[in-house]
Amino acid sequence: MSFYECYNAYKDFDFNKFWRELTPQDIAGILTKDNISVWEYLALLSETAESLLEDMAKKAHKLTRQHFGPTILLYTPLYLSNYCVNRCSYCGYNAANKIRRKTLTIQEVEQEAQAISSQGLRHILILTGESKYHAPLDYIMDCIHVLRKYFSSISIEIYPLDTEEYRQVIAAGVDGLTIYQEVYDEGVYDDIHLSGPKKNYRFRLEAPERACEAKMRSVNIGALLGLNDWRKEAFFTGLHAKYLQDRYLDTEISVSVPRLRPHAGSFQPNAKVTDKNVVQYMLALRLFMPRLGITVSTRERAEFRDNILRLGVTKMSAGSCTKVGGHTLEEAGEEQFAVSDTRSVEEIRVMLLQNGYDPVFKDWHPLTEDVIKGEENAGGNCAENF
Amino acid sequence: MEDSLLIGGRALNNRLFIGTGKFPNKTIIPEVIKESQSQVVTMALRRVDFDSEQENVLNYIPKSCILLPNTSGARNADEAVRIARIARAAGCGNWIKIEVISDNKYLLPDNYETIKATEILVKEGFVVLPYMSPDLMVAKKLQDVGAAAVMPLGAPIGTNRGLKTKELIRILIEEIEVPIVVDAGIGKPSEAAEAMEMGAAAVLVNTAIATAGDPVLMAGAFNLAVQAGRKAYLAKTGRTKYYAEASSPLTGFLTYEEAI
Repeated sequence: MSFYECYNAYKDFDFNKFWRELTPQDIAGILTKDNISVWEYLALLSETAESLLEDMAKKAHKLTRQHFGPTILLYTPLYLSNYCVNRCSYCGYNAANKIRRKTLTIQEVEQEAQAISSQGLRHILILTGESKYHAPLDYIMDCIHVLRKYFSSISIEIYPLDTEEYRQVIAAGVDGLTIYQEVYDEGVYDDIHLSGPKKNYRFRLEAPERACEAKMRSVNIGALLGLNDWRKEAFFTGLHAKYLQDRYLDTEISVSVPRLRPHAGSFQPNAKVTDKNVVQYMLALRLFMPRLGITVSTRERAEFRDNILRLGVTKMSAGSCTKVGGHTLEEAGEEQFAVSDTRSVEEIRVMLLQNGYDPVFKDWHPLTEDVIKGEENAGGNCAENF
Repeated sequence: MEDSLLIGGRALNNRLFIGTGKFPNKTIIPEVIKESQSQVVTMALRRVDFDSEQENVLNYIPKSCILLPNTSGARNADEAVRIARIARAAGCGNWIKIEVISDNKYLLPDNYETIKATEILVKEGFVVLPYMSPDLMVAKKLQDVGAAAVMPLGAPIGTNRGLKTKELIRILIEEIEVPIVVDAGIGKPSEAAEAMEMGAAAVLVNTAIATAGDPVLMAGAFNLAVQAGRKAYLAKTGRTKYYAEASSPLTGFLTYEEAI
């Protein structure tokens, strides 16, 4: 059984009827519970639950403090290539869009890595468009080899791989995967993915499972909010996260809550998603899965990001640039979407401290033999500091 | 009265171990350690950035403390062993707290993998303090393979739920010869005192201090509670009875009569 069967079990459910029949008393009852079922999670995503948002927020804050403390992990994306063979109607990298395309050379990757790591960040997320021709797996492995010199944790957000390929990238030093389903509704998925390998709904849907089977340390999933009714997409994302967390105990599961942003092309969101909606989604997720990582990117406005710190978020991107080579190169490729929070890493660090949060720059250490040897050769940094 | 705790050849005068995770700001850590009077401080090696002056938690731990790096993030014995070796290679000393957790939902330790890692690291000369789910046979095995202490959980990590495993910890205290350090779950100083009254050798506290409204004040409270609990244990608390017993017994005169 894969998550596809799980999705099929719920896809024809009459969500609107379920939500219409809920009362505020039902929601209040759910908020008294320690463990929340799938149906109770669905109830927390209803319009009825909006009237108890503050109660949800208080409980979510408490749970997040209890499990994660006042800490926020910081990372930044590094775009390696914006070539893409897909025609996804909502994406700036759409193969049909006439944009400046670029794939970084290995030297340029190193140059970007130096610039990013000099800001103190030790977690990096590398991204490519979906073109195995312009960014083949061998190229990505070469990039990982360079990036390991600068970063202690490397995550990938690239085209979906098979299990053996995930094993290969893990062996090369990757410990995290981010892969968004974009939209869980299979019909909508088919409509907005006009052509290209990404049209294969099931191969993408099951990618997180393949990564977990390959022993990826952390897997981050999500729906791109704005492509369909957010409440339904939030439900299926939560269901997917729960499915993964229950089956792959040794993989840390997290969810991103990205909203559509302006990008090259004329696609307009199918569904409006307000700040209040995003907050309700995050809170419901936290109450449903108290130990789930929740990621908020620089797609969101600075003011909004500051305000949601106490609502369940555990990871944030900082100092982001969605252009290929955007950190150091004059001839950078075109951006995937417009970044909203343009503050520097240092500004984010200071903001977190001012709000009583510890900005975590490093939260993993590779365990390969050469790293151990490296520490030995370094002559005991710890002792010098200590 | 001399009452030091001996672990790995080191005599400790304070029985409160503290953690360094979950603090809102690392700069508060020195004050917390000072107020707690703790001599053993644990930190997750995965979070230590040796290259960053500002982010390196080691810069906030006084040199007089014993460093207890932990293997947080390890999912099996092999990963725990590798993390321990990195810690020692990096100069963090030879004390190691084994944490092997392959359950990201409840963060419960994997006792089987913990025994394996402990055995390997003891042979490599580490002073090993394994974090474990309280189970007598597992504790015996950990002791047999050379653990310097065993660290049973009072409740799952970070929950502040107190001594939920009290009866099992009590059995470990009665049956295991190496020190029992209650780790995880203790949420209030009164619970730390309770563990110490039972005969625990020490307690490790992180979340309850780090997420308190005033972590420095709470660190002091825990220090006093641990001291009080230890003194109560040494003083041998009176028997617990179901019925009241007058402090001047009605038949006391009989004893008096016999004595004359």
